Amino acid sequence: MDILETAQSALTAILANRMRSFLTILGIVIGVTSVILLISLVSGLKTYITSQIEGLGSNLLIVIPGRIGGARSPGGIQANRLVYSDAVNLRNNLSDEAQVSAAIQRNVTLKFGNKTDKGAAVFGVEANYWKIITIKLTEGRFFRQSEQQSSKKMAVIGPTVKINLFGEGKALGQTIDVAGQKYTVIGILGPRGAVFGIDFDNSIYIPFQTAQRQFGIDRLNTIYISAGSADNVKDVQNKAISLLQKRLSEDEFTVQTQEQTLSIISQVTGVLTAALGGIAAISLIVGGIGIMNIMLVSVTERTREIGLRKAVGAKSKDIRNQFLIEAVVLSGLGGIIGIILGIGISLIIGRFFTTTVPLWSVALSFGFSMLVGVIFGVAPAIRAAKLDPIEALRHE
Amino acid sequence: MKQSLLVKLSRINKIYHTGEIALQALKDISLEVRKGEFVAIIGASGSGKSTLMNIIGLLDHPTSGKYELDGQDSSHLKEDTLAQIRNKKIGFVFQSFNLLPRTTAMDNVAIPLIYAGLSRSERMDRAKQALEQVGLDDKLASHPNQLSGGQQQRVAIARALVNNPGIILADEPTGNLDTKSGSEIMRIFERFHKLGKTIIMITHEDDIAKHAKRVIRMKDGQIWTS
Ligand SMILES: Nc1ncnc2c1ncn2[C@@H]1O[C@H](COP(=O)(O)OP(=O)(O)OP(=O)(O)O)[C@@H](O)[C@H]1O
Ligand SMILES: [Mg+2]
Repeated sequence: MDILETAQSALTAILANRMRSFLTILGIVIGVTSVILLISLVSGLKTYITSQIEGLGSNLLIVIPGRIGGARSPGGIQANRLVYSDAVNLRNNLSDEAQVSAAIQRNVTLKFGNKTDKGAAVFGVEANYWKIITIKLTEGRFFRQSEQQSSKKMAVIGPTVKINLFGEGKALGQTIDVAGQKYTVIGILGPRGAVFGIDFDNSIYIPFQTAQRQFGIDRLNTIYISAGSADNVKDVQNKAISLLQKRLSEDEFTVQTQEQTLSIISQVTGVLTAALGGIAAISLIVGGIGIMNIMLVSVTERTREIGLRKAVGAKSKDIRNQFLIEAVVLSGLGGIIGIILGIGISLIIGRFFTTTVPLWSVALSFGFSMLVGVIFGVAPAIRAAKLDPIEALRHE
Repeated sequence: MKQSLLVKLSRINKIYHTGEIALQALKDISLEVRKGEFVAIIGASGSGKSTLMNIIGLLDHPTSGKYELDGQDSSHLKEDTLAQIRNKKIGFVFQSFNLLPRTTAMDNVAIPLIYAGLSRSERMDRAKQALEQVGLDDKLASHPNQLSGGQQQRVAIARALVNNPGIILADEPTGNLDTKSGSEIMRIFERFHKLGKTIIMITHEDDIAKHAKRVIRMKDGQIWTS
């Protein structure tokens, strides 16, 4: 009897004992379901963040205070020393292709009439910010360089702000209250979505100098740089670093390319995947113990069958394989059910949140569940194979 | 012309050790069975009949003595080789049938053929034939719990015969059956004996033993008359 046939008759035996088999493989089912589901969430998140970041604009570099990957993390104990003159320095000395915009940020309350929008982000940016970051307007326009430099009180608002303050009403040309000062709405942005609960659409953009003046900030949150073309990114990065180092020490700033940002995201999701995978693996092992348990019971229950089979010519390895294959079929079945459930649930979640089920996660969890069957099926199978036929036949 | 020797036991002893106590189940048994014989072994409970049968059937090893089956000394054979010989040369019939539950008569009969390495279609063909030979061609798909005791034992006989062994070993084949089913089983044995099968059968009852052509009496692990 070949493996396929043995597996088939094992399946028959398993189906004959439906309830018990189901309870036995429940651990595996839950383990595999959670592996598939968690990986689909994390990789969905990664896909989403990646597309968001890539959507920001090509050839983007950002300068942020502090050091990433060093002993001190950005925004840590180190005081922020990044100021507007650094942005000007970069603008004047980088190649002509490069675009530079300083940016500061505050979270404030916005008001229009009796409507308020709490916790909206206000970005003070320069007029060429729009040449660096790809954001589409649905209405109106961005502010110009002259308007930026003369500290005009103008605002380009995100779609969430628009909904919060104006609902379906007209927003363009209206005057809104930004932390106590009046701004005219000149543009409305298209939707961009949210990552990690941060809603990029609940934000407004005002001229840099206006923001500096109103909030009294001279430290920058970010300097955005567009390298102009992909070939230039590395050059621009090196040039920017050497320019900034004339005034700042090396752990006071980081110049990061998009590629580096993406690799950090990759690392984070990698760690997340590994951690979740570890937890899921534990539940698979628990499931494996369940299988071992039931296989031991099964060996005891079927002692006479084992005796009979040996009496009529089964070798030890025939008996061992029979029980091993049964354990693997059992755990593999749990794996398949888990995969179906995992994909199903992730499809349902996918209606609200990006999920992707990578093929490798399906292969991995199926392979792992089979492996669990082998590992935890070996001991009962060996016990069965070792039984003495006479004793086994005499078993009540 | 004398038929060739099939079973040759020479000075077989079997001692069981349970804790401190040693029990000699077989004492110096020497016995020869020729091809085509129908032998009954009769004796009181505990006299060592099953022990002897297990040794003849290569399920158990004697403590001492020599056993040759079909001219082959079995004393130094490995477990797997013994399993193979059982598969080819011996058909077992047990008092308690030992059919697999939730398994059709046909699949039960086909079990020895699995280990003979036959394909599924061959197994099914031969299992069907064997069941026809014991008059159960209408019960191919029945499960043991749908069959009477006598029918179950006939399935077990079909299983014993399916791989065409030279010898059938039956340990109290009628022990769990009423007189009518018992004599049915005996008729089947007589028929196979006439077809040339060697049969060694254990029984308690003289009525059953008289179907055999030769009766061996056992007492306290020894053979009395042969
Ligand atoms: N595995 C064993 N361990 C210890 N003693 C055993 C074992 N098997 C059999 N015996 C003993 O050996 C003796 C012979 O047993 P055996 O089963 O051969 O008797 P039997 O003639 O078949 O009896 P019955 O007619 O009741 O089946 C008995 O005293 C029994 O208790
Ligand atoms: Mg007995």
